[in-house]
Amino acid sequence: MSKQEQQEVQQEGCRTSRPSPDARLVTGAEAVAEAMRQIDPDVMAVYPITPQTPIIEAFSQYVADGRVHTELLLMESEHSALSAVVGSALAGARTVTATASQGLAYMIEVLYIAAALRAPFVMAVGMRALSGPINIHADHSDVMLARDSGAVILIAETAEEAYDLTVIATRLAEDPAVMLPVLVGQDGFITTHAAEPVRLLDDALVRGFVGEYHVPYPLLDPGRPTTQGAFSMPDSYFPQKAQEEAATRQAGGRFLTLAGDYARVSGRELSAVETYRTEDAEVVLVAMGSVVGTMKDAVDRLRARGLRVGVLKLRMFRPFPEDALRKEISPGQLLLVFDRALSPGSWPPLFLEVAARIRGNSCRSLVFGLGGRDLSVEAVMTVVEGREDLPANAASHLGIAGGAL
Amino acid sequence: MSTHITEPVFPRSIRAMAEHEEAEPRFLGGHALCAGCGIPMVVRTVLNSIDGPVVVVNATGCLEVATTRYPETAWNVPWLHVAFENAAAVMSGIEAADRALRRRGGAYTVESPTFVVFGGDGGTYDIGLQSLSGALDRGHRFLYVCYDNQAYMNTGIQRSGATPMGSRTATTPVGQAHSGSPRGRKDLTAIVAAHQIPYAAQASAVDFADLSRKVRRAVQMGGSAFLNVLTPCPLGWGFTAREGIAVVREAVETGLWPLYEVIEGRYRLTYEPDPRQSVDRFLATQTRFRHLGPDEKAAIQDTVDRDWHRLMDRVEADRRFFDRDDILTDQSFRGRQVGGSPL
Repeated sequence: MSKQEQQEVQQEGCRTSRPSPDARLVTGAEAVAEAMRQIDPDVMAVYPITPQTPIIEAFSQYVADGRVHTELLLMESEHSALSAVVGSALAGARTVTATASQGLAYMIEVLYIAAALRAPFVMAVGMRALSGPINIHADHSDVMLARDSGAVILIAETAEEAYDLTVIATRLAEDPAVMLPVLVGQDGFITTHAAEPVRLLDDALVRGFVGEYHVPYPLLDPGRPTTQGAFSMPDSYFPQKAQEEAATRQAGGRFLTLAGDYARVSGRELSAVETYRTEDAEVVLVAMGSVVGTMKDAVDRLRARGLRVGVLKLRMFRPFPEDALRKEISPGQLLLVFDRALSPGSWPPLFLEVAARIRGNSCRSLVFGLGGRDLSVEAVMTVVEGREDLPANAASHLGIAGGAL
Repeated sequence: MSTHITEPVFPRSIRAMAEHEEAEPRFLGGHALCAGCGIPMVVRTVLNSIDGPVVVVNATGCLEVATTRYPETAWNVPWLHVAFENAAAVMSGIEAADRALRRRGGAYTVESPTFVVFGGDGGTYDIGLQSLSGALDRGHRFLYVCYDNQAYMNTGIQRSGATPMGSRTATTPVGQAHSGSPRGRKDLTAIVAAHQIPYAAQASAVDFADLSRKVRRAVQMGGSAFLNVLTPCPLGWGFTAREGIAVVREAVETGLWPLYEVIEGRYRLTYEPDPRQSVDRFLATQTRFRHLGPDEKAAIQDTVDRDWHRLMDRVEADRRFFDRDDILTDQSFRGRQVGGSPL
């Protein structure tokens, strides 16, 4: 498709605002693989790891069937996979990858460098606990390793959100004001492997939305040779890091704009912070990922019992959407912040983020579901009903003997 | 057998390389590599032996640090450094990007560039071995040049998997209980050749015509290619700056660093020291071996002899392959080549 055709499709999408009418029953992994097929990246460099593997298996089938133009690189490690992604993205090719857990841990060295090199690409993450002990199930410890890498971190609640965010992330990563890696996390197994109805968009809509890939100084252009990844002394290192940090911050505003563009194409609104029944709430549950669905059910049942409670979901963890968060929180509301990760010796990561932004609210910290442990609707209700007993001086570890609940 | 193997390849003369550099400078002076360092000569010989566009990936190391101190650079070709252990993986992505863009009709050049990785022995023998192995296994079309100066020089002369037996380094110091590296180097060239790539070779920073021809042969063969180039380090080895070439010459003449190539799995000697000199001649040129006594020197001679004879057995076994009339008409490679530097 030519650039002009793509623009026409893009405009057409904007005018009609018509998503494909039929939702398909697919897993989160399949939904992301489908988004990647529609994006049709130039290069994908991957290494297998549970629970991300269904993404690259599905994509490999697209390659085998000739449905994409992508060069699929089957790397010998995640470290090398991300290294190839960086090389390819800076060479001038749209590039994607997918990983989880130990794989993301192994990539972390390169992820920091990728952000500093301003290499734009999308990384799907099937969020999973970190070893040890070894465990393959849902947990947010892995993406928390990427917290300070400079990469943008988006987290999906559902399979459809994982799909939507993957498409938006492509534009966000490549935005001239951003030019950074964008991680799109979904909960391992809970979202990656469970089938849900997903309203997939038409191929042409997605292709039109993502447009053409562009980096300012592609390494494959010998006419404009550049030295990238130079050795930086104290006089230049800090200013370079400051520029990089500014780019990560700018990703927040650019996400709003691009999500608006996407809403016109898809009919679906994806804000950085989303609330459910919080307007008059006395208690607000704050969380990321699939547990938010569980919380919405709990909220409905608690409200039936007369409790004024709501949910605040974060779709974006980096940059942290502090303005949107503050806007949605009213003074006097009790915030119960649910973390699926630990920061041993300190407060858990999401709680720290929220507590640092809030004035005039009480916050309580709860850690749940590490290593894939389920959090039931009833358990959420018990927490809310027992909120007066939650300690203010420590995080409560849900379901652990010696924990508050 | 690939048809490439029947096409002759000739080294680029020193004069031609100088003219090439004049017309199209790729690696410029003004960098901060040490006086007497062999790396810039190797880099210039490699880049000036290649026709057409070049893209370079550099592993962390002396070359990277000393040539790209922001905001200055010695490189006039597209150049990328990401980390220490992943240069071959980074290049895998670049080479794949070129293939992908070419297929879609969005390539930046009519002909694909030549993709060249430079890494030191630490970044190649040790921490980068996995990513190198993966890239060779996938068969990317690129030339990996290891500038082997036999230790981690950039961090201050620590032992690597390339450090020769007996050598004093900062992590194998000379003491009452132990003196110098207890082990010799691993045979990285053979490890690379075991990947069944089209071309692997050992070259040196003494015979630049040999290096030039091997670069051109490597590029001409297509696919993955590897050059292990013995490169002198005045600081780490302990010699004065002007002696580097002579020191490497002794490494070649003693057989400690044999010059050979492995073409589609077949081993061939490209220079035969005649007679092969005692390894003492090499050891005597550098302060890193000064502490060695007669027994230790004899043990080193034994390992050099053992490795030499094992290599010769391979070369002998493959001799019939190269004696065919229709292949490798490169130059005077039947019989003894005149050694030494054409400089």
